[in-house]
Amino acid sequence: MELCSFLTLDSFITDPLTHNFMRKALLMSSLVAAVCGFLSSYLTLKGWALMGDAVSHSVMPGVVVAYALGLPFSLGAFIFGVGSVALIGFIKQKSRVKEDTVIGLVFTGFFALGIVLVSKIKSNIDLHSILFGSPLGISLSDVKQTIFISLLVVILLSIFRKDLMLYCFDPRHAKTVGINVFFLHYLLLTCLSLAAVVGLQSVGIILVVAMLITPGATAYLLTDKFDNMTVISVLSAIISSLIGIYVSFWFDLETGGSIVLAQTFIFLFAFLFAPRYGIFKLKKLFAEYK
Amino acid sequence: MESINYQNFRIDAENICVDYNGKVALYDANLRLKPGQICGLVGMNGAGKTTFFNALTGFVNISKGKIRINGESVRSAQKDQTIAYVPQNEGIDSQFPISVWDVVMMGRYGSMNIFRCPRESDVQAVKDAIERVDLTDHLSTPIGNLSGGQRKRTFLARAIAQRASILLLDEPFSGVDIRTEKLISELFIQFKNEGKTILLSTHDMIHVREFCDLVILINKTVVAYGETSEVFTPENITTTFGGISPDFLFGPES
Repeated sequence: MELCSFLTLDSFITDPLTHNFMRKALLMSSLVAAVCGFLSSYLTLKGWALMGDAVSHSVMPGVVVAYALGLPFSLGAFIFGVGSVALIGFIKQKSRVKEDTVIGLVFTGFFALGIVLVSKIKSNIDLHSILFGSPLGISLSDVKQTIFISLLVVILLSIFRKDLMLYCFDPRHAKTVGINVFFLHYLLLTCLSLAAVVGLQSVGIILVVAMLITPGATAYLLTDKFDNMTVISVLSAIISSLIGIYVSFWFDLETGGSIVLAQTFIFLFAFLFAPRYGIFKLKKLFAEYK
Repeated sequence: MESINYQNFRIDAENICVDYNGKVALYDANLRLKPGQICGLVGMNGAGKTTFFNALTGFVNISKGKIRINGESVRSAQKDQTIAYVPQNEGIDSQFPISVWDVVMMGRYGSMNIFRCPRESDVQAVKDAIERVDLTDHLSTPIGNLSGGQRKRTFLARAIAQRASILLLDEPFSGVDIRTEKLISELFIQFKNEGKTILLSTHDMIHVREFCDLVILINKTVVAYGETSEVFTPENITTTFGGISPDFLFGPES
């Protein structure tokens, strides 16, 4: 990996592709990014950023227990992800404590439980890869699980695309015309848990929430159409993943962090230069120069 | 009481109570409306107007009492698209990336297949509804770029597209321009002639006198209910608004 070798863009892109683990990482991360990006539109519009953070942290003990018992880690993660949401709902309803406080205390409790379990259960769990992701070291069984879960989430979101949009926009109308709002609520939560599970392989538990909100927020600044928002969100998520992995390969950086930073930079770019909603409102500027 | 044919009533709410985690929002409320009636729902903020709407649409469950919509349960009214709810402008996210067309199309969702693919008849219903509220020039405008009045008309069009026989309108006249107000009042007359039943909440006493055949005054429960001319007295209004003089209430508006 000599410095001069990426003087040409061509070798910058193709050199990493000669490694098997890099091809796998690029493919899997793109898939995961696409899934999280798809869901991201709904989460940002619904205002579920904090919920995304909560669910993604809460899957930690599930992952640890599943590894210890030799079960698929996605199963454990899913149970704890949905469990945390149920617990949040229960405490909120039965006490006078405000919702954001309840969310904060439940997910930190789950997360702490996970950390304690890791220190107690003697196994070959790599705490670092759970916390920060390890897209370069993804195993074959993880690949299968990731593909399966990703397809499941994409199919669910595709089927209920319009209903979920209505649910985010105007749940009262949905209920009034006989659409099952309860089902949609839990469908969105299920997809959130599943996306958090696949996302944590790419960027780790701590940063997976970025995968779930940043692409959606970026897209929200760039369009006024829901369908376009979904497309932009997915594309920006995939591009960030590719940039993050390449950059981390060439500069020997933490991969998960690089992916999220790439997303953040794309968001900042949109924040500054989005045609209508950016700080510099390019559309207006161009109109003035004409 | 003599036997009543419940089919005659569009809305028949009997002694309904709603509480949120033990906190009573509405108790022992009764309301009966027939086809073609327009009823004003008047009360202070927090008097239970929105709760009343939520109970009728089934958005919240009632803890006591009975609601019949066209003689049937709320659940089957939902299935039959019987009730349309037109939200307050403040009740919706105006920055949501969605166009006028898509909002009005949502009025058809309940009767579409699971993928919500619009049929020819749905497209026609949406077109007609948008035309009736005079927004044909704004089909693909995002709702964030509309004025308050245009946004109100968009949601009215959604209710029209839904072909509901009962319309619940939350503050239909708040924050709208004169043109929209005129259009809404014309639509009310049309709806009445079509036999639709309208329940609207409002702060504006002038509108109640102008449009409503009936008025229901609430303050956690029904304070008074009946013909507008009989019920809409200064005494009743004072009770409804917790002792505030009607002069004060009417003052700035008349």
